[in-house]
Amino acid sequence: MNSREKEEYLREYQILKNQGKPFFPYAVVKDSAMAVITLGVIIALAIILGSGELQNKADPTTTTYTPRPEWYFFFLFELLRVIKPPSLVILATVGIPTLLLVAVLLLPFYDRNPERRPERRPIATTFGIAVIALMAYLTYLGAHAGAPDQIELKVAPAVRPGLVVANQSGCGACHKFGEAGNAGPGPNLTKVGGRLPRDAIARTLVNPTAPMPSYKALPPKKFNALVDFLASLR
Amino acid sequence: MAIRVPKLPLRGNRHRQPWPLEEQEHNGEVQLRERAAELQAGIVGWVDERTGASGFLRGFLFRKVPKGTNWFYTLGSATMFAFLSQAVTGVFLAMYYDPSPTGAYDSVQHITNDVFLGSLVRGMHRWGATVMVVLIFLHMGRTFFFGAYKYPRELNWVVGVVLLVLTLAMALTGYLLPFDQRSFWATVVAVNINGTAPFIGPYLADFLRSGPEFGATTLTRFYSIHMLLIPVLIAALIGVHIYLVTKLGTTAPPWLKAELPEPLEKERV
Repeated sequence: MNSREKEEYLREYQILKNQGKPFFPYAVVKDSAMAVITLGVIIALAIILGSGELQNKADPTTTTYTPRPEWYFFFLFELLRVIKPPSLVILATVGIPTLLLVAVLLLPFYDRNPERRPERRPIATTFGIAVIALMAYLTYLGAHAGAPDQIELKVAPAVRPGLVVANQSGCGACHKFGEAGNAGPGPNLTKVGGRLPRDAIARTLVNPTAPMPSYKALPPKKFNALVDFLASLR
Repeated sequence: MAIRVPKLPLRGNRHRQPWPLEEQEHNGEVQLRERAAELQAGIVGWVDERTGASGFLRGFLFRKVPKGTNWFYTLGSATMFAFLSQAVTGVFLAMYYDPSPTGAYDSVQHITNDVFLGSLVRGMHRWGATVMVVLIFLHMGRTFFFGAYKYPRELNWVVGVVLLVLTLAMALTGYLLPFDQRSFWATVVAVNINGTAPFIGPYLADFLRSGPEFGATTLTRFYSIHMLLIPVLIAALIGVHIYLVTKLGTTAPPWLKAELPEPLEKERV
């Protein structure tokens, strides 16, 4: 904005302001109504949804717990899941959020277009809508995503029940299955069926190396399904 | 210096005028009322003489808001109101909360199950956070699409973005306080993410954890950041934000054009 445009804006604004109404009581009435609505919504949410179930007391020794943030942080959380390669993780954790924040903070200093109507600033409006849509989409993905250790491999329908058992048993907490699961302390099981015969897998499940727990307590049907699933991974 | 405060009309007088006799009868009472009204004006005047508050209040309350101001313009004050609600419920929660790793979880359960209205107040604090985050984003969206961050309000946009970051920091530090599995592990992840930032990251993470590991003082550190440091910053910046809004005026909707007075040429003809 050059000084002529600045002066033009100030003059125009002064006229609109003089044609306006005093803040008290006209704007105050609307603000108060909105305040009552805000408080009403907060109280209604507190009564209907309660204060939120407490889970178990914090235990720093558990290793299998997969935390989830509040829903309005889902878009950041999902960014972490979308960007997989370890060398790029820093981009998701710090790079993109920081860049976005700096871009937002400095907005008035690089957007120097004097036009204010949204339909006459197509670049800014499109960009704003795009950012909102992207955040909404990532939030949606984050809300519907399972925990990061949920195994999502494509397997034959016959061994599908075994995959469900593997997820229920939390195998992904210590083993990697394709993209999902943690890379340790257990070995990568993506192709375990190619390395070990079916019997060996069953034996390891019953009598594993510490710290892995034994799975001999599983009902035989579930146990066999699990072994079939693992043996099918080649 | 004399301050112009309109004298309050004495209600009794008007009715009693037709009956002068009665007025004489009650003369003592009328005088008392008059004196009470004068005393009121006297107190207002006394305070005003020492603070100059009336000029400020008149400027704040009776400043004009431009034509076309609509409901979108209430989002900012609604965000501030959500913050006030958080502050009030937060004070009550702090009366019962115990910020120690051994006691935090039990004190939160105590608040939820035993304390009178504890469950409601904790619920309001929890959902109030969500409402405040939603409102601040809506307020920001309104400011963006209306082009309200442009000249001469650039600085107020910067203040607003800082307020947004502080609000999200409130959400993050408050998440640890119930000290259950979810809040603990979510915070571990969040702090580790902070730690991956270049240069300052490791120092920031160490500062938040108060050491290289999550320890006994981590919780108290989060607690004091959550209930002292950030709220004071937010309150101060809200003050700056509103001062600038008052000084510069709220924007008119961008599609409104001022009806300029008739051009001079016409008048000459």
